[in-house]
Amino acid sequence: MAGLELLSDQGYRVDGRRAGELRKIQARMGVFAQADGSAYIEQGNTKALAVVYGPHEIRGSRARALPDRALVNCQYSSATFSTGERKRRPHGDRKSCEMGLQLRQTFEAAILTQLHPRSQIDIYVQVLQADGGTYAACVNAATLAVLDAGIPMRDFVCACSAGFVDGTALADLSHVEEAAGGPQLALALLPASGQIALLEMDSRLHEDHLDQVLEAAAQAARDVHTLLDRVVRQHVREATISLGD
Amino acid sequence: MLKSKTFLKKTRAGGVMKIVREHYLRDDIGCGAPGCMACGGAHEGPVLESQPQDPASSLCPWPHYLMPDTNVLLHQIDVLEDPAIRNVIVLQTVLQEVRNRSAPVYKRIRDVTNNQEKHFYTFTNEHHRETYVEQKQGENANDRNDRAIRVAAKWYNEHLKKMSAENQLQVIFITNDRKNKEKAVEEGIPAFTCEEYVKSLTANPELIDRLACLSEEGNEIESGKIIFSEHLPLSKLQQGIKSGTYLQGTFRASRENYLEATVWIHGDTEENKEILLQGLKHLNRAIHEDIVAVELLSKSQWVAPSSVVLHDEGQNEDVEKEEERERMLKAAVNEKMLKPTGRVVGIIKRNWRPYCGMLSKSDIKESRRHLFTPADRRIPRIRIETRQASTLEGRRIIVAIDGWPRNSRYPNGHFVKNLGEVGEKETETEVLLLEHDVPHQPFSQAVLSFLPKMPWSITEKDMKNREDLRHLCVCSVDPPGCTDIDDALHCRELENGNLEVGVHIADVSHFIRPGNALDQESARRGTTVYLCEKRIDMVPELLSSNLCSLRCNVDRLAFSCIWEMNHSAEILKTRFTKSVINSRASLTYAEAQMKIDSATMNDAITTSLRRLNKLAKILKKGRIEKGALTLSSPEVRFHMDSETHDPIDLQTKELRETNSMVEEFMLLANISVAKKIHEEFSEHALLRKHPAPPPSNYEILVKAAKSKNLEIKTDTAKSLAESLDRAESPTFPYLNTLLRILATRCMMQAVYFCSGMDNDFHHYGLASPIYTHFTSPIRRYADIIVHRLLAVAIGADCTYPDLTDKHKLADICKNLNFRHKMAQYAQRASVAFHTQLFFKSKGIVSEEAYILFVRKNAIVVLIPKYGLEGTVFFEEKDRPKPRLIYDDEVPSLKIEDTVFHIFDKVKVKIMLDSSNLQHQKIRMSLIEPQIPGIGIPTDISNTDLDEPERKPLR
Ligand SMILES: [Zn+2]
Repeated sequence: MAGLELLSDQGYRVDGRRAGELRKIQARMGVFAQADGSAYIEQGNTKALAVVYGPHEIRGSRARALPDRALVNCQYSSATFSTGERKRRPHGDRKSCEMGLQLRQTFEAAILTQLHPRSQIDIYVQVLQADGGTYAACVNAATLAVLDAGIPMRDFVCACSAGFVDGTALADLSHVEEAAGGPQLALALLPASGQIALLEMDSRLHEDHLDQVLEAAAQAARDVHTLLDRVVRQHVREATISLGD
Repeated sequence: MLKSKTFLKKTRAGGVMKIVREHYLRDDIGCGAPGCMACGGAHEGPVLESQPQDPASSLCPWPHYLMPDTNVLLHQIDVLEDPAIRNVIVLQTVLQEVRNRSAPVYKRIRDVTNNQEKHFYTFTNEHHRETYVEQKQGENANDRNDRAIRVAAKWYNEHLKKMSAENQLQVIFITNDRKNKEKAVEEGIPAFTCEEYVKSLTANPELIDRLACLSEEGNEIESGKIIFSEHLPLSKLQQGIKSGTYLQGTFRASRENYLEATVWIHGDTEENKEILLQGLKHLNRAIHEDIVAVELLSKSQWVAPSSVVLHDEGQNEDVEKEEERERMLKAAVNEKMLKPTGRVVGIIKRNWRPYCGMLSKSDIKESRRHLFTPADRRIPRIRIETRQASTLEGRRIIVAIDGWPRNSRYPNGHFVKNLGEVGEKETETEVLLLEHDVPHQPFSQAVLSFLPKMPWSITEKDMKNREDLRHLCVCSVDPPGCTDIDDALHCRELENGNLEVGVHIADVSHFIRPGNALDQESARRGTTVYLCEKRIDMVPELLSSNLCSLRCNVDRLAFSCIWEMNHSAEILKTRFTKSVINSRASLTYAEAQMKIDSATMNDAITTSLRRLNKLAKILKKGRIEKGALTLSSPEVRFHMDSETHDPIDLQTKELRETNSMVEEFMLLANISVAKKIHEEFSEHALLRKHPAPPPSNYEILVKAAKSKNLEIKTDTAKSLAESLDRAESPTFPYLNTLLRILATRCMMQAVYFCSGMDNDFHHYGLASPIYTHFTSPIRRYADIIVHRLLAVAIGADCTYPDLTDKHKLADICKNLNFRHKMAQYAQRASVAFHTQLFFKSKGIVSEEAYILFVRKNAIVVLIPKYGLEGTVFFEEKDRPKPRLIYDDEVPSLKIEDTVFHIFDKVKVKIMLDSSNLQHQKIRMSLIEPQIPGIGIPTDISNTDLDEPERKPLR
């Protein structure tokens, strides 16, 4: 009868969060020994795995090599069991290609590619479970993996989504909130400088509200940064202890 | 920020889909009691009182909060809304259940919660770490929710004890579910039924009246005979509808006969579109507007609609008598008259609302059960229980229906509100607003919060995409006393010799932004409603009478439509822009007319007005040549006594040249805008159309004219307009006006629609291929949408998803059409009421009148002096019936030896008939020509001005 109430009068969302709150984030770095860098992240029920190789020599045709900077190659895939409805996605479908392209744009803006001319950096991201905010989870996982690989970056890239319901901006949308069909925005931010690596918006939003939603997404991205920074420091601490042994 | 939360997952399985949802539990949700140390003021918004003093209850004399369960909230909302009930904790579990089960109650409970004085607090128990409960194996959702409510009640009582042990603050659980109550008491929660609690409120005995009386299922069989057959459960109805055994439709009770109703079948079926129901048992407790399932009876049982007028009167609880009356209806009739007949087998959706009406006190003294007679004759009488019958007598009251048991002749209900003395102006105004569903409550805080902060001034940001037109000599022309000025005009000569004409409309969409509470409320109201002495605004007064009103000598934001025209009023260029204007003068029609007419005046405003007037005349001529109709209908205005606000004189509205001057440019602006938005948004432009009436509608007009040897052609609007112009009689100058009035009655209703949902855009009355409303955004919501569309089209503002969603737009149109219709009815009802007041003070009056229609047993007359229409009947209850011969062809009515034709001049006596307090009416009786045996009737009823429609004959 009545549709889902996304935000109650008391200010709680369907899953009990307040408007600006993130879902629970858990992350680990260095999950695969074989790769140059790897990381696993859980943002609520959205789970993603990122693996990084490089920088290494260009594979395949040499013509792709860039004279002044490294080539960033991003590939995205999602597990068939990642959504409620099991669907076989052929490799390289439109959605995966698009996501790969977006990730590439994001990381070209963040990685100091000019330090490794004529070489290639591969970032592979797989979503194991999708419950909203897949792009953001991919970016965040990939950031940790790139850091794990020791590839120099300008800054962390932290991403988060935001939506707009009843005059209030909601941060970090879950699948239920995304499915409701309101406007949604995905933002990848370099938190230290406040520069935007990528901004994408689905559906229409009145100009009057754009600033509000953008600020909510940016604040959420900064919150993500605080958490990721803690994960990195923890990882480094553990690594130094094991080295010290 | 996440640290304070425990993490828990809830899995809902359904089919193959496995949905995993997160459910966060928090410990920062406050209990809502101020001064609670444990929660540390974690609650925002309305909260409970720390020391609730009232109501004084004999069951629990110590201070307490109430915690109702879902069913109490759903059924006893009238009690909860009473000012005596305060400090109520509404659980999220309960609120969500209410939301799923009844949208109107949900809205009401939200309104109550937003009222600071009520101290209602919504506790988000489902996300509180200590009150969340998981569904157990084998437990159904209802039981789980009941348990959740009890857990919350228990938690509250323990939590409040911690806060201060000495003042014994308690939470009382209110439930009507016996088992749930027992369980609660076992668990140590103080629990009462709603009835027990309300009866314990010794200081507020009147509250008992507002209790909904819900008969428990079991009782039904014991007391009294079963009258009605059982309603089938919804699942069976749906099955039946699918298989075609039953039909689904909207139940429409007859206004004239309480034993008859029709059901309009939903869907596109051509056959059996309308099903007749006759007799109490076949109506089977359905109430006007309900969605019902009907079963078609076999053809041998079909009946014809009766022409008898039957009103349910007296204290008639005897069902046998009803059956006798029903037999009366089934007089022998022609087989051709038989209609598909059916009976109600079940109710799909009740559409009950609170009803206005009056109490018919029981004949038995000391009786607490009384019958309530709704003002709307289509609603059955309702049995209520009240102790204050004597105070409620002679008052207009509101009553809500609770249910209709199978053994009861009438539905049961409860008293909701006393509106005041019948006949009092405030009471009657309230009644007519309620009965026409006109939203008229003061604007809520949430709505007002979106108003601009005062003092307001135009900022640089406002000037973005806006042209400064303050140098132009703009002025407005309106009726006297107009405070919501929508439009202003200017006209100046350009260097190339052409004329520049500008129509400037208040820029309301600048202030009302899409989607916020102010926008939603305006959209809901749809239109400003003008009553005889009251205006119910669509937008708050700050906007309607100040910031949006294009008053003179202040800077105002406008949306301008500017044309370049040559001196023969041909449009050379059209442009639209958002602007700032500064009107030089706010004139009345009379003032503007005076300026134009007086040769000595030659100032800028006057020259501008003269040019406009000249152009308007050319435009009007062109329009009429194209076939636009000019139809007159007498509009009545009341002159109010400045102190008592009683009407002292009636006057028909006078029309000046300047009226039509303003109108002409508004039409032009509307047409220009309609073209522009349709060009830009072919699928989702909001337009207005006026369908051509089917030829059969004109029959009465053609026949009437023919009786006066005049010919009216109706094949096109143009020929109609021309033949109306030619229809003059040198001996009867008023004839032309009468013909035009009749022609108005043949017309269809103009409606708003979304261009993507329709292909016929034509506006018949204005003879324009496309039309919309742009010029009155202060008082019509359609214009606000049109402004937004136009602003997007010219790049002055940005769009939003709903604006380009044609289904949403179609929904908006549907509501607007409904609101406009209701506003019109409310307005007529208001005029009718003031007409009554006028004749009440004036006593009995004799006036000249013209016959507009003849009916089988009556004539409908128009009194030009008052613009008043009424029916003169020739049959009386207790007198011998006169010989009536009705001729449909001419049409004429012969009474004894006198023949009446349409347009005959008669003389009637007018007076107020107060014999039925609830339905006071103006009564008319014939004085001239005199008919022997008819004389001057004394107790026959006449035009019922209480009815919302004065139905034109179709
Ligand atoms: Zn507390």
